[in-house]
Amino acid sequence: MKFSIYRYNPETDSRPSMQEYELDIPAGSDMMLLEALMLLKDKDPTLTFRRACREGICGSDGMNINGKNGLACVTPVSELGKKAVIRPLPGLPVVRDLVVDMTQFYRQYEKVKPYLQNRNEPPARERLQSPEERAKLDGLYECILCACCSTSCPSFWWNPDKFVGPAGLLQAYRFLADSRDTETEQRLSDLDDAYSVFRCRGIMNCVSVCPKGLNPTKAIGHIRSMLLAKGV
Amino acid sequence: MVTAVTSLGRSGLHDWFIQRLSAVVMAVFAIYIGWFVATTPDLQYPQWVAFFQQWLVKAFAVVTVILMSLHIWVGMWIVSTDYLKPTGIRMVFQGALILYCLVIIVWGIQILWSV
Repeated sequence: MKFSIYRYNPETDSRPSMQEYELDIPAGSDMMLLEALMLLKDKDPTLTFRRACREGICGSDGMNINGKNGLACVTPVSELGKKAVIRPLPGLPVVRDLVVDMTQFYRQYEKVKPYLQNRNEPPARERLQSPEERAKLDGLYECILCACCSTSCPSFWWNPDKFVGPAGLLQAYRFLADSRDTETEQRLSDLDDAYSVFRCRGIMNCVSVCPKGLNPTKAIGHIRSMLLAKGV
Repeated sequence: MVTAVTSLGRSGLHDWFIQRLSAVVMAVFAIYIGWFVATTPDLQYPQWVAFFQQWLVKAFAVVTVILMSLHIWVGMWIVSTDYLKPTGIRMVFQGALILYCLVIIVWGIQILWSV
């Protein structure tokens, strides 16, 4: 099978280039793309990419696979056709090859204060939730911050410093929806500017790429509804 | 919070609400005009003038023209802040846009009121 992989080492290369690789994949083995990349790295140790858990939990190996963002570790090579074109996640600065600088992404995540805030006196044991209240967090808490969604979003490409992006907004709603959080008002006020939430135009690239099958567009819709309910 | 001095409303919600509201009003107006054209046999200039001489149609048209220019402003402001990165170019574009929207409002009212 053929691979065309984006290569760039800012210390030695004046510009990025695509490098062609060939790999014999034994018949009947349906390996994941990450495994194929690791075999290629055995041949060419300079090939650089991030990976850790190799089972879609850590979110380290997000990359652009045949034009669509995804996790290499949960993408079977059999789905990629005769040739796989592998590039880094779009819109973020490249550190080297497939490794991108995620600072901007984490800065947006930090902005939404992704932690529980509760002004009330803590109870003796724990803050309880009913099963119904807990169910509201399903589809929100599972995010692994792989950045596949935010880096597939044009609004995030154009304004990564102002638009929170789908991953950040999914987490923003995760805490807005949490019955134990008391800072809903402040959280909403922090989001009510022309960019943070409202730069989402609902094109749903985020939904189509999320390797965990989450729906940031829906969460953003809920945030809009909450802002509207507060604002009218 | 991100400040945006040239955005129309005080908040993102404000702009968004204006955009959605104006879209609904424009859609209703377009359907109304379409309905008038479709249900008026042998539509000529006199019928067209008579239609716009009704004060309700006039008022509806004026409201639509105003909301349409607000809609243009919000939409094009978003496009300009997405794609026009040099501040100078963006300012010139937004300035021209304000002028354009004002001209549409003033000219539109002038035309509709003269009927």
